[in-house]
Amino acid sequence: MRRWLAVLPVGAFILLAGYFGYALRPDHDPHELPSALLNRDMPAFALPGLTAANLKGQVVLVNIFASWCAPCRVEHPLLMRLAKEEKAPLYGIAYKDKDADNARFLAELGNPFIGIGYDRDGRVGIDFGVYGVPETYLIDRDGRIRQRWVGPLTPARVTREVLPLLRQLQAK
Amino acid sequence: MRTIAVLLMLLWASVSNAVEPSERLADPALEARARAVSQSLRCLVCQNESIDESNADLARDLRRLLRERIAAGDSDEAARQFMVTRYGNFVLLRPPVMASTWVLWFGAPIALLVVIAGLWIARRRPAAPPPPLTAQEQARLSALLDKSE
Repeated sequence: MRRWLAVLPVGAFILLAGYFGYALRPDHDPHELPSALLNRDMPAFALPGLTAANLKGQVVLVNIFASWCAPCRVEHPLLMRLAKEEKAPLYGIAYKDKDADNARFLAELGNPFIGIGYDRDGRVGIDFGVYGVPETYLIDRDGRIRQRWVGPLTPARVTREVLPLLRQLQAK
Repeated sequence: MRTIAVLLMLLWASVSNAVEPSERLADPALEARARAVSQSLRCLVCQNESIDESNADLARDLRRLLRERIAAGDSDEAARQFMVTRYGNFVLLRPPVMASTWVLWFGAPIALLVVIAGLWIARRRPAAPPPPLTAQEQARLSALLDKSE
């Protein structure tokens, strides 16, 4: 009994250290939230330029971006590559952006999107649960949100997460 | 006088919030409800402020939306639920009691109870009396005592 008690603090320490080590793993950002809409229907939105009905029946990536968002600028070349080289079905939602600014942004950096919806007051963004642009949603044929990435996509994320999941859903 | 003014200003600062006059609802009762609800909702951008306190753009949009819902006749709970369906339970500053939050809600009180119980048991059970001295030990003790006298 007494011996068992002596092991207790050491055991508790190992348990806690293990948990902290796990929580602090390098490729994990605790500020990043899973989407509340994961595996649920995407919001039935109707924006000028793009509606939910446009996306039905195909697997699509929806990128929520804005010309005023610096990380979007960083992410943009990767989106261009995704569209050109991987033929990814990429749609855009311009979040709280002025149409003219948005057009200038795309004229400068290229337009990787098949279609763009203009969410001028950000309401559709809120329906999606957007809290930090850019965000990218993967939506399946039935219109369900299968994954969400917050913050700019990186090449590592694209090859490790985005493309495999996209191909898997497309193959179904 | 200046001290008082400074104190008043400090006091004012402590109760300040990010709600702009243009956002407020005309009906004071509805506005009070909206304030109370918005104080219970987390700003997703800053993550440790309520949307009532936060100056983030998204927080302002959410405050506006919340006021619209309440003005349109939503109950406090329905307005809160509206946010939860979009942002998940994380948006609630007071997490609901459910299987995944049991450790959060009950972990600390249970740990306290365990410690109290442990201390209580330890106090109730007196340490066993030491075994009596053997004849040899008794002889050594007597010898030592004799020497010191």
